[in-house]
Amino acid sequence: MNLSLTLLTFSPLIGILVLLFMSGNNRNTMRWTALITSLVTFGVSILVFTMFNASNPDLQLVEKYNWITVAGWNIQYHLGVDGLSILLILLTTFLTPISILSTWTAVEERVKEYMIFFLLLEIGMNGVFLAQDLFLFYIFWEFTLVPMYFIIGIWGGPRRIYAAIKFFLYTMAGSILMLLAILWLGVNGGTFSLPELIAQGGIPSNIQWWLFLAFAAAFAIKVPMWPLHSWLPDAHVEAPTAGSVILAGVLLKLGTYGFVRFNLPLFPEAAVRAAPWIALLATIGIIYGAAVSYAQADIKKLVAYSSVSHLGFVMLGLFALNPEGIAGAILQMINHGISTGALFLLVGMIYEQTHTREFKVYGGLWKITPVFGTIFLIVALSSMGLPGLNGFVGEFTILLGAWGAGQNGVFYWGNVWFAAISALGVIMAAVYILYMFQKMFLGPQGEIVDEVKKHGHAIRDLNWREIVTVVPLLIFIFWIGLYPAPFFDIMAPAVDKLVAMMPLP
Amino acid sequence: MNQFDLTTILPITILTVWACVLLLVDLFIPKTRKGITALLSALGLAATLGFTLSQIGMEDSGFNGMVALDGFSTFVNALLLVSGLLGVALAYGYVKRMGIERGEYYTLLLFSVVGMMLMAQATDLIVVFLALELLSIPLYVLAAFSRPKTDSEEAGLKYFLLGAFSSGFLVYGIALIFGATQSTNIFAIVESASTSTSNLLLTIGAALLLIGFGFKVAAVPFHMWTPDVYQGAPTAVTAFMSSGAKIAGFAALLRVFATAFPAIATDMTDVLWVLSAATMIVGNVVAIAQTDIKRLLAYSSIAHAGYILMVFVPYGNENVVATSVAAGLFYLVSYAFTNFGAWGVVIALEKKEGKGLALNDYAGLSKRHPALAAAMAVFMLSLIGLPPTIGLIGKIYLFRAVIDAGFVWLAIIGVLTSLVSAFYYLRVIVVMYMKDGEPTAEREPWLDMTTAVTALVTVIVSFVPQFLFAWASDAVLKLF
Repeated sequence: MNLSLTLLTFSPLIGILVLLFMSGNNRNTMRWTALITSLVTFGVSILVFTMFNASNPDLQLVEKYNWITVAGWNIQYHLGVDGLSILLILLTTFLTPISILSTWTAVEERVKEYMIFFLLLEIGMNGVFLAQDLFLFYIFWEFTLVPMYFIIGIWGGPRRIYAAIKFFLYTMAGSILMLLAILWLGVNGGTFSLPELIAQGGIPSNIQWWLFLAFAAAFAIKVPMWPLHSWLPDAHVEAPTAGSVILAGVLLKLGTYGFVRFNLPLFPEAAVRAAPWIALLATIGIIYGAAVSYAQADIKKLVAYSSVSHLGFVMLGLFALNPEGIAGAILQMINHGISTGALFLLVGMIYEQTHTREFKVYGGLWKITPVFGTIFLIVALSSMGLPGLNGFVGEFTILLGAWGAGQNGVFYWGNVWFAAISALGVIMAAVYILYMFQKMFLGPQGEIVDEVKKHGHAIRDLNWREIVTVVPLLIFIFWIGLYPAPFFDIMAPAVDKLVAMMPLP
Repeated sequence: MNQFDLTTILPITILTVWACVLLLVDLFIPKTRKGITALLSALGLAATLGFTLSQIGMEDSGFNGMVALDGFSTFVNALLLVSGLLGVALAYGYVKRMGIERGEYYTLLLFSVVGMMLMAQATDLIVVFLALELLSIPLYVLAAFSRPKTDSEEAGLKYFLLGAFSSGFLVYGIALIFGATQSTNIFAIVESASTSTSNLLLTIGAALLLIGFGFKVAAVPFHMWTPDVYQGAPTAVTAFMSSGAKIAGFAALLRVFATAFPAIATDMTDVLWVLSAATMIVGNVVAIAQTDIKRLLAYSSIAHAGYILMVFVPYGNENVVATSVAAGLFYLVSYAFTNFGAWGVVIALEKKEGKGLALNDYAGLSKRHPALAAAMAVFMLSLIGLPPTIGLIGKIYLFRAVIDAGFVWLAIIGVLTSLVSAFYYLRVIVVMYMKDGEPTAEREPWLDMTTAVTALVTVIVSFVPQFLFAWASDAVLKLF
């Protein structure tokens, strides 16, 4: 009996139980408990990775037990991992300890509850990536909402309640439609098991279309795709730093992952039919997100809108429906998690000192904080897709895929225009990212420097804890940028298998 | 009458006798020690629950087909008795604190449970009516139990007047059905309806019956009394009323409609569809505007009546009626536990003179009483239908039954109104967790225990619902 995936999913539970019975004000013990738990979970995920066979395109380490098999139900506790999800699992377990580390001094109130919610969130995210039963998946999917809602709502900024409720209602609005589609599949297919439903196939194309839309509603809101993105800037701006990191790093990927895992294989005909439309929305998202980013006065908002743009690339790659596009999209999910996660971390670090995110008060920070500036520059360049860093690899592969899809008729009326216009997005990214960097680090010294001095302490450079927090991310920024082949190799068999299912024109 | 007749109503008999004895015993219990009465009544309920559970699997019919003992009645009776126990546990400290501790409280509660149980077993419309009165009259008195508080008296009177009015509909409906089929026994009705050609009289009768029950279960547009009565009645009574009366009303509806009226299903399905959709929409939308927790939960209770009504819509479809009735039963369980828990928290925060009931009085609860706030959060999540709670499982079961029957639009209305409901349930969580305040709460052992037990059931059953699923679907096997 192989329980490694169960262990991976639920190992944060140990920390939660320990935290529950902790009392009083030993906040550091609580932080250490949470950090160690998340590191253990990361260790388990590495263990899972060593057991994972990258040349096998199928689900591995499968656990399948009957859960609810009475009264006409056929629900299984069914976990499994394949090339599409293994990297995302690693990203989740990798980012969680980093975010916990980032809140070491930022969260001083109700530390116990904070850490509990964070670990609960990790369980939910792991479960979403591993569940292979639609019912189980839905439960994990909805469950991720609850802790995130509390994290934004309790520890967020001034408009946190508004942002939390907006986040909750938007996400729920999509997922309840997906619930109906899941139930339809379960009732008509006699099972909720994803592999079995995919094998059965044969859903009439008009119904397939509606089911596709219902699933897409849930995922598109989560991604978020233009025009369903309006919850994202609010949630990002109000969430505490670690919340933003996880939100950008992992939670948004739940949406794009959902498209890969469910929409494409379950409804291949509808996916092909929808491809140009999704590509259109993705392209609009890329340009719109980039343009709006440039107009922001708030650093976090800028990064939030840049996510809309970056995830547009991911969606474009997915619906190119060819190996380059999908592999590029999955890699770009990882890249975005790392780069945007790192950006939010860095913004959080400076915000902790200055308590403002307005560009206009910053300026000339390079001289005061050279280490911070250097790291920020690397991350910013990675985010805008500089060759040699990770962002470039993902975006380039996606554009390659999108160009191919335009040529071989997958985007049947869009042709190569989607790829061509999206490429502009890369240039626009350079504009808003460099603009942000220039406003913060170059030029004359901003008023915030004196402002902070008035309170008795100068702006300091990063301390050891903060450096430890970001360095792991930097390693991956360079690694993926310089030598992405191992990452592509892990997902290639599974991606090829997925593409083979598509009834391409 | 023979001995077999008595076994069919054995639990009811035991509880009735116990309640009568308790009425006498209570005279000798000193005024300051009415807790003994509570304990005795709980013992009676627990003993009856034991007998009921021992009857699982038994199939019988008694008194010339007037009452039935079957899986369905056992399931519902067990749930009703558990509700009774929870009702007593909630009331124990509450009535003392509010200065309305009188022994009759518990006796009346027992009589009401007897009526509810009879309702679940009735297979004759006359018995249904008897049971309805038996369950309602003690509730009218209980609603006015805080006399001389005007709110409570008003609640009692309002409930009584509208209840009497709805009984009128019910009796008139029974009369018309008798006219159409020459019988009040539901098996005879089925036979007669399947052979006759014109069903107009029967349809009108069934519609009137539906109106009568609609009042009891607070379905829109017969829900007007609910917020006022729920708000005015002592909170412990409201908790019991909102679960118990709903369970009994739905049990009778399920049995009567599913077994007696399949012949007129085509006419009734549309009516039930509209009734269900309207109840979900009105209940959830109006709840948004509430700032008083009791009124909020009252509208929430209306909304949930709408969800349960969904299971009636496909009752004429032989292939799915069993699943949908089972889904209804499961939902009643999930609603009962969640609802009792939520009212338990309300009771913990309520102060004398109706203070402590505004939503804002919950501000900061998570800091002062983290366990209480966590429990309330669980109940709210369950009422929305989010994991990891039984409410989600219940809703999924309902929606599956409705989709199975092909009423996709009703399911869509169901999920969209759930989304609306998320808004006001979340507000409770927002106030508890994200606003600052200095709330005080009573921590009585029985109350704490009730809240803890219901919260645990709400969470744990969501992981292992298969036992209840199996029981619920076995319970409806012999019904059709």
